[in-house]
Amino acid sequence: MIHLKNIEKVYRTDTVETLALNNITLQIEKGEFLSIMGPSGCGKSTLLNIMGLLDEPTKGQINLDTQEISDFSDKKLSRFRNQKIGFIFQSYHLINDLPVLDNVELPLLYRDVSSAERRRLAAEALEKVGLANRMKHYPSQLSGGQKQRVAIARAIVGQPEIILADEPTGNLDSAMGNEIMEILENLNRADRTTIVMVTHDENMARRTHRLVRLFDGSLVSSNTFVN
Amino acid sequence: MQRRKMFTFITLFGISMTLSILIVLAAFYEHIFSASYPEINRDRCLYATLLEEENTKESGMRRGPMSLFYINTYIKTLKTPEKVAYSTVPNTVNTYGNGKKISLFFKYTDPIFWEITQFEFLEGKPYTQRDIDNNESVAIINDETRDDYFGKNVSAIGKTIEINGQYLRVVGVVRGCPITRLVVAADVYMPWHLQKRASVTNELNGNYTAIILAKTPADLPKIQQEYADLVPRIPLSETGGFKPDKLNTSLSSYFDSIVRDMFFGAGGSSARSRFYLFVVVFALLFMSLPAINLVNINISRILERASEIGIRKAFGASAQTLVTQFVIENIILTLFGGMVAILISAVFLWWFNNSNLIAYADLAVNWTVVAVALTLSLVFGLMSGVYPAWRMSRLPAVEALKG
Repeated sequence: MIHLKNIEKVYRTDTVETLALNNITLQIEKGEFLSIMGPSGCGKSTLLNIMGLLDEPTKGQINLDTQEISDFSDKKLSRFRNQKIGFIFQSYHLINDLPVLDNVELPLLYRDVSSAERRRLAAEALEKVGLANRMKHYPSQLSGGQKQRVAIARAIVGQPEIILADEPTGNLDSAMGNEIMEILENLNRADRTTIVMVTHDENMARRTHRLVRLFDGSLVSSNTFVN
Repeated sequence: MQRRKMFTFITLFGISMTLSILIVLAAFYEHIFSASYPEINRDRCLYATLLEEENTKESGMRRGPMSLFYINTYIKTLKTPEKVAYSTVPNTVNTYGNGKKISLFFKYTDPIFWEITQFEFLEGKPYTQRDIDNNESVAIINDETRDDYFGKNVSAIGKTIEINGQYLRVVGVVRGCPITRLVVAADVYMPWHLQKRASVTNELNGNYTAIILAKTPADLPKIQQEYADLVPRIPLSETGGFKPDKLNTSLSSYFDSIVRDMFFGAGGSSARSRFYLFVVVFALLFMSLPAINLVNINISRILERASEIGIRKAFGASAQTLVTQFVIENIILTLFGGMVAILISAVFLWWFNNSNLIAYADLAVNWTVVAVALTLSLVFGLMSGVYPAWRMSRLPAVEALKG
């Protein structure tokens, strides 16, 4: 599903050059639930952003769903992101001025979907994450766990094949984190959605199929779990 | 836009106030300079309003309207015009009627004045050459003077009005015009022969102005040329110790004559271009502040939305989609600002017309100015709103997400 080959990412300023990712090669199969761990600043989020086409690698090749995307135009990349990928961010990244339902509808705005259908699908996604009664609320009226569930609803509303989650439980207490993890596990099991999750929590990582560890921008280990 | 109420309000306020002021200024400009009641023939009229006698050696100058002698000798004798009318510059007088003191503008005219202007006679008719020949003490008044002096909607024809100690029989009542129609406006009009100070001297300066009507607008340059050829041949004589050696005068369109008289004097041949330069510089200075403000607000608004742009990009919005979104937002905002401006100006002009600050004021919204101002606002809005949005939309989504 996701194939990264010799990915390198270098950040350059006038005086400093920082190697964020160094020669990463990684194959993720369809329906796999993969977690990425490593110390802060080791390149986990950079790797996830590159997988999600939010950032460009300095070198290397990305294949998503058998398509080589390096020569995709902005328009094609946007369409690909819209249809294939859903994002969950540690800091939720909800639009605070929009009510919950409008936030969840966002990916469908960029598809040829009628307004009524958008509403229906967004309501359905919110129901899946247990927030059907919060549709008209604004993000500022929700708890951290509820915000993250809205973010999950937004990520799944378009039924993407891949979900990329950047520390989805990082800002939550263990009970709430557990709830979010269960939602992700269900998605993976029921819909065979490929999930890649960056985490600092070893226990969460052990609930996925495979754990890869990064250190100083390099892939240092890969462990498969039987769940 | 609804979500960022403060930004939206400030942007709208900037757009609508700037446009409102422009629309109101344009309405005043039109009110003063366009051909309107009762001077609907302005497009084929020339005006002689100013005479400048100059002593070039001693840098002396005598400047003002013309004498009756001058108009009769040098303007009425021009061959190209169809008609020439003259009238004095308006003067004020206090009179008493209907139990109160009334302040009036009055002027003396010849009978042709009523042929060139197109005053609407509500009662009676204009005085004629026969009235002058018979030395009749007659007057024409406007409707406001009739209402003030004789009572509202009371017929004034045949009744007597006292002006400057003279008792005048009212022979006509015209619908009044605003005082901003500088050459023709007055409350009371009298035939020139009633002027107490007889114009028998050969002095060139006096208190008369002339309106010259051409057969067609195409004749205007010919008339101007005929007059320009005549002026150097007009003899100048010493009066009151002042000996002029040069005469500056021309026949000009209404616009040129007013602008020249107000700003530059009779010798200013490029009055129109200088006036336009003045207007353009003023408009640019005036427009630049709200324009800079609008640009600033728009850039802040978009920078503030960087994170939102990142989120939208992450979920599938292309750069083109985002730019389109901002273009539409700006167009809606500007058009809405324009509508508010039209409303504000219309209400202001309605209030002004009814306030009697200028009696008979008939200011109206000029739709050409509205269109030009709206287009300019759209250009500013788009330049300031879309360019930063385009720059932001080109950023990798991950950068935009950082805010």
